[in-house]
Amino acid sequence: MPEYASILISEVIKILMLLVPVLVSVAMIVWLDRRVWAFVQKRRGPNVVGPFGLLQSLADALKYIFKEIIIPASSNKVIFILAPIITMTLALISWAVIPFSEDFVLADINVGILYLFAVSSLGVYGIIMGGWASNSKYPFLGAIRSAAQMVSYEVSIGIIIINVLLCVGSLNLSDIVMAQEKIWYVIPLFPMFVIFFISALAETNRPPFDLPEAEAELVAGYQTEYSGMMYAMFWLGEYANILLMCALGSILFLGGWLSPINVFPFNVIPSPIWLILKILLLFILFALVKAIVPRYRYDQLMRLGWKVFLPFSLTWVVLTAGYLMYFDLLPGN
Amino acid sequence: MIAHAVVFYIFSLIAIISAIMVTVSRNTVHSVFFLILDFISISCLFIMIGAEFLGMIMLIVYVGAVAVLFLFVVMMLNVAQQKNEWFVASDSSSHIPIGLLVSLIIFSELLIVIGGWKYKAELQDSININLNLNLTNTQSLGNVIYTDYVHLFQLSGMVLLVAMIGAIVLTFRKRSGVKTQSYLRQISRERYEGVELIDVETKKGVKIDA
Repeated sequence: MPEYASILISEVIKILMLLVPVLVSVAMIVWLDRRVWAFVQKRRGPNVVGPFGLLQSLADALKYIFKEIIIPASSNKVIFILAPIITMTLALISWAVIPFSEDFVLADINVGILYLFAVSSLGVYGIIMGGWASNSKYPFLGAIRSAAQMVSYEVSIGIIIINVLLCVGSLNLSDIVMAQEKIWYVIPLFPMFVIFFISALAETNRPPFDLPEAEAELVAGYQTEYSGMMYAMFWLGEYANILLMCALGSILFLGGWLSPINVFPFNVIPSPIWLILKILLLFILFALVKAIVPRYRYDQLMRLGWKVFLPFSLTWVVLTAGYLMYFDLLPGN
Repeated sequence: MIAHAVVFYIFSLIAIISAIMVTVSRNTVHSVFFLILDFISISCLFIMIGAEFLGMIMLIVYVGAVAVLFLFVVMMLNVAQQKNEWFVASDSSSHIPIGLLVSLIIFSELLIVIGGWKYKAELQDSININLNLNLTNTQSLGNVIYTDYVHLFQLSGMVLLVAMIGAIVLTFRKRSGVKTQSYLRQISRERYEGVELIDVETKKGVKIDA
C-alpha cells in the first residue's frame, strides 16, 4: 500500500507542477492579449496594477472570487453549475499530453494527438450546457451558434491533422515533434498551417469568429447569466483552450520544442523555452487578429468552414498522400 | 490488479446506470446527457483493455459529433415544449401496445441471433496467435482494415456515402422567395452602381425613378 501511496503523491506533485504554471500563464496571457489589443488601437491597456499592469489579471481574479454567484431561479441548477466546471476541467486535462521536451511530458501516450482532438471536441459541451441551462434566449442562441460552429471547424482541423500524420506515421506527440528535426512542417504544409490557424480561431470562439459571444447582439451569449467565480471559470477555460491551440499548432507545424537551427547559441537554450516562445508567437498572432479583423457574418462563417476549408484540406490530403507514395517517402517502411 | 478491477467495475456501473437513466429520466435533455456519460464510460472501458485507438475514436465520433447533433435537436424541441406536456399527454397510452410489440419483436430477434451464434473455429485459434508487441494497436488495426479487409471497408464506405446522399436528397428543397446573397456580386460592385450625383435646382426638387 505505501507503494501505491508514493506513486499517487509523486503523480499529484507532477500534475501540480504542470497545472500551476499553466494557470499562471493563462492569467499573464490575458494581460498580454489586452496589451496587444490596446497597442494596435494606440491605447495603453492595463498599466496600473503592478509593473506594466502585470498584476491586472490577479486583481480581476480577486474581484471575481469575491463577487456573489447568482443562479437564475428558472435555470436548470445542476447543469448550470456543471457547465463552467466542465469547460475548465477539459481545458486543463488536455495539457497532460503536451510534450515540453524529450523527457518532460506528463503522459506520453500512443494516441496523444487523438486525445487532444477528443478533448477539444468535448469542449463544446461546456458552452452548450451553460447556454441551455440558463433558460434564457441570448445564452441559448449563443450556445446553438457555438455548437454548429465548433462541430464544423472540428472537421477541418481533423483533416489538417491527418495531413500532418501522413508525414509522421505516428499518433504520438513526441514522435510528431521528432519527425520535424530536418524541416518544420510549416514549410511543406504551409497552406495547411494557415487553415489550421484560422480553424483554431473558430474552434476557440476568438474574433473574428466570436459569434457565440457577440457582445453587440447577444450580450456575451452563453455567459450572460453567469457571474462571479463561475464566469471566471468560463473565462479561464477559454484562455487555457486558446493556449492549448497555440501549443498544438507549434507542435504540429513549428517543430515543438526543437530549436530553429541546430547550432551553438540556439541549441543551448533549453527545449521548453523554445516551445513557450513558439506558443507566445502564435498567441500574439491570435491577439493581433482580434484587434484588426471585423466579425464574420454567420452564413459567411459556415460557408468558409464547409465550402472552402473542407474541400481544400481534403484535396491537400490526396496531394500529400500521392506525393509521399510516388517518391516513396511514406514513414514506417 | 485489484485497482484495475475496481476501476473496471466503477466504469461499468456508471455505464449501466446511465444507460438505465437514458430511458427512465423524464427530461429529454437529461436523457441525452446520460447517453453522453454512457459513451464516455464505454470509451474508458475500451482504453482499459488497451484499445486506446477505439476509445478515442468513440469519444471523437459519438461524443464529439453525434451526441452534439442529438443535443442540438432535443434542445430545440425542449424550447417549444418547456414543460414536457408533449410526453405526458392524455392519449400517450395509445402507443404503448405498438411499442411493446416492436420491442418484443426486437428482443426475440436478438435471442434468435445470439442463440444461433457460434465462434468460428479459426477465431478460437486466434487466442493463441503470437501478438507482435512492437506494433501499437493503431498500426495493427490499420493493417487489418486496410490490408486484410480492404474490400469490406470500401463497401461500408460506399454504404455510408449512399446514406449521406440520401439524407441530403430527402431534406433538400428549393424554397422560393428567399433572399440570398451572391458573394461575387457583392465584391464586384463598383461605386458608380450604388451612388449617383445629381444637381438639384432650387425649388424644383428632383424626380427619382426606381
